[in-house]
Amino acid sequence: MYFDSLTALWHMDGHGFYVWLAYALTFLPVAVMVWLPVRRQREHWRWIAAEQRRADSVQADMTDK
Amino acid sequence: MWTFIHKMGSPPWFFRFSGTVVKWLLPLTLVLLAVGAAWGLLVAPPDFRQGNSYRIIYIHVPAAVVALAGYYVMAFAGAVSLIWRIKMADVTMRAAAPVGAVLTAVALVTGAIWGKPTWGTWWVWDARITSMLILLFLYLGVVALFEAYENKTAAARACAVLSLVGTVNIPIIYKSVDWWYSLHQPASIKFTGESAIDSSMLYPLLLMIAAFYCLFAVTVLLNMRAELVWNHREAGWLQQLVREA
Repeated sequence: MYFDSLTALWHMDGHGFYVWLAYALTFLPVAVMVWLPVRRQREHWRWIAAEQRRADSVQADMTDK
Repeated sequence: MWTFIHKMGSPPWFFRFSGTVVKWLLPLTLVLLAVGAAWGLLVAPPDFRQGNSYRIIYIHVPAAVVALAGYYVMAFAGAVSLIWRIKMADVTMRAAAPVGAVLTAVALVTGAIWGKPTWGTWWVWDARITSMLILLFLYLGVVALFEAYENKTAAARACAVLSLVGTVNIPIIYKSVDWWYSLHQPASIKFTGESAIDSSMLYPLLLMIAAFYCLFAVTVLLNMRAELVWNHREAGWLQQLVREA
């Protein structure tokens, strides 16, 4: 480890603001970029499952009558 | 080889294959990013002239490198979709566009933040930065163009043409620091000959470049899978998968 303390790591001899801002502005969008398609696929998946249940119940009603 | 390529064009096969790839590649990507960032931020020594601000290199350079490489992926997929009318190529092209846009934006933003303590300015209209900005607009253009068309077949064709025409920008970006006078430094890493960067700084950088390549691949695959699920919601194979889950 190059830095002696957490304060030194945070401060980085005056460059801490720039370095940490750059890392934050990288990893936040990256996290969103990975999470969005995961969420989108899950939503589609749920929608299809709901459609299947609906179709199944219609089928069940038809056979009852 | 040809059977593999042929299989890639089949949505059910691709969906299963990409599922396995993502399951391993996503954790690997996160580990590489964490290790690379920790190495670059905590372990690597500071630059003797720039001090600690140079640590931005570990995200700036990988983001820029992969943003450029990603454009080739998008344009190549566009060409395949245009020539052979393969649906999967069209899905790949559109999955790559937003990922490339985010990486280009990250390269521009981190470059601006790095520029402030190093050059004394957030932004200069020099060749490298301006051509990267054009790259961002090309990526965003592909995303926007697809949304603008009601007819999605025509939309995909227009996007493919736009991405192919845009490839002319890529060599300009590569060469911009050599062709024009610029504040931006030329490349420090060379495939042939000695790199102008010490190995204590080079290894974490190479690790981060690998991590960003993995990140690009995994995000493109995730985008494609989300798209496939929606496009094939009526298809038997997908109905079967949803039932089994």
